[in-house]
Amino acid sequence: MLLIRCPWCGNREETEFRYGGQAHVHHPQDTSTLDDQAWAEYLFIRDNPCGELAERWVHTAGCRRWFNAIRDTATNRMRAELPSARKPVTR
Amino acid sequence: MGAPRHVPPDPSARLWRNPEPKRGYDVVIVGAGGHGLATAYYLARNHGIRDIAVLERGWLAGGNMARNTMIIRSNYLLDESAALYNHALNLWEQLPAELDHDFLLSQRGVLNLAHTEQEVRDARRRSFANELNGVDTEWVTPEEIAEICPILNTSDEVRYPVLGATLQRRAGIAKHDHVAWALARKSDEMGVDFIQGCEVTGFTTDGDRVTGVQTDLGPIAAGRVGLAAAGRTSLLTDTLGIRLPLQSHPLQALASELLEPVHPCVVMSNHVHVYCSQAHKGELVLGAGIDPYNGYSRRGSIRTIENQLAAAVELFPIFARAHMIRTWAGTVDVTPDASPIIGPTPYENLFVNCGWGTGGFKATPGVGWVFAHTIATGEPHPINAPYGMERFTTGALIDEHGAAAVAH
Repeated sequence: MLLIRCPWCGNREETEFRYGGQAHVHHPQDTSTLDDQAWAEYLFIRDNPCGELAERWVHTAGCRRWFNAIRDTATNRMRAELPSARKPVTR
Repeated sequence: MGAPRHVPPDPSARLWRNPEPKRGYDVVIVGAGGHGLATAYYLARNHGIRDIAVLERGWLAGGNMARNTMIIRSNYLLDESAALYNHALNLWEQLPAELDHDFLLSQRGVLNLAHTEQEVRDARRRSFANELNGVDTEWVTPEEIAEICPILNTSDEVRYPVLGATLQRRAGIAKHDHVAWALARKSDEMGVDFIQGCEVTGFTTDGDRVTGVQTDLGPIAAGRVGLAAAGRTSLLTDTLGIRLPLQSHPLQALASELLEPVHPCVVMSNHVHVYCSQAHKGELVLGAGIDPYNGYSRRGSIRTIENQLAAAVELFPIFARAHMIRTWAGTVDVTPDASPIIGPTPYENLFVNCGWGTGGFKATPGVGWVFAHTIATGEPHPINAPYGMERFTTGALIDEHGAAAVAH
């Protein structure tokens, strides 16, 4: 069971959260100019590192707000919980 | 369909050699799991290619092959899936004799339960699709289920009563470790080198051609390279700049203490999401879906186990006091359409077999057959032609999500 820190509510058990996958994946601009390859990249392809991944979580059973965290996918160590932001979290 | 109570044969004193790696091979397979072993076996048997190394960073069949729930079935909805898994099931039935090794293939039948009216419609549709594809299938009522599997709670006093099920009688279980050892022994006899404790860290290339692999035992040249590295596939393809639509997740299973044989078949439930069978020796073996977040820790979350045990105890009240003695997790690679990727890559001489998610074991001989064909000829076999990575660009997805008889 992960212990996850919500930026607003503090440490809570994993059962209160839902996972939102990789953070900072933005809908493409100028969609009329995109080719199939670019659409496939946006729709289907995400980073899959063995190590740190910037990802989204939502505190579904609590404040219901989204936030970003950096988690190590090999150790589950989490850091830098921040409100969902457009700029990548690097702190 | 009483549970057989036999034990696996004693392994031979020596099943395979442990050779030093040569400087180069005609074919290098990355990953000595079930798929890598089956691929090497069929490369040697069907295509006469004997100069093969199978490289394994841990020990042979010590990854997901050692961590699965042993279930074999082919009752998939879509034509492409039915063709692949039924090819595998046909091969499973002939393999024990062919490999001269009894791995306890037990065709005790698999029930896929339906708990809602929509699930009934979906399951019957899948059953009709199976009939059209020549896959054995039956729709059975709660009364028939109670006869097939008396320990299953078919009363309507539960939150999600059992409204019916599909039954595939040819489906069942096989002793996974022995499957691996049987394949390894026969491949070794045909000259395949299994190199354990040899991690592949990257590739050697010449332009857009792969010429070998980099390992922690040094470079090994290869005429062709086949990846069968499951959850770690994208870590390897990332080194070449190939972006595959894969996400790696922990997948857990668990086993109970030894019990008398009481569970005569395999029961799977998508809706409450648990699947359960009783191993030859007597343990209950249970599984469910992946943990939601990406992970390589091979350690899943207790919440997933809580959910599947709650579901199991509602379906099987008799198991309420069984002690669970082991849990384990493997790292599985999941694709957006819940179907594998088997085929060539943008790099000449490099072929991938990945994205099996939760369902790789049942496909072992089938995928070995078609992946060996792909590596040997450079072209996909008709069965894996729809499974290329280009489907994510063309949109010709094989969307087995929810149609696969259990969620991924």
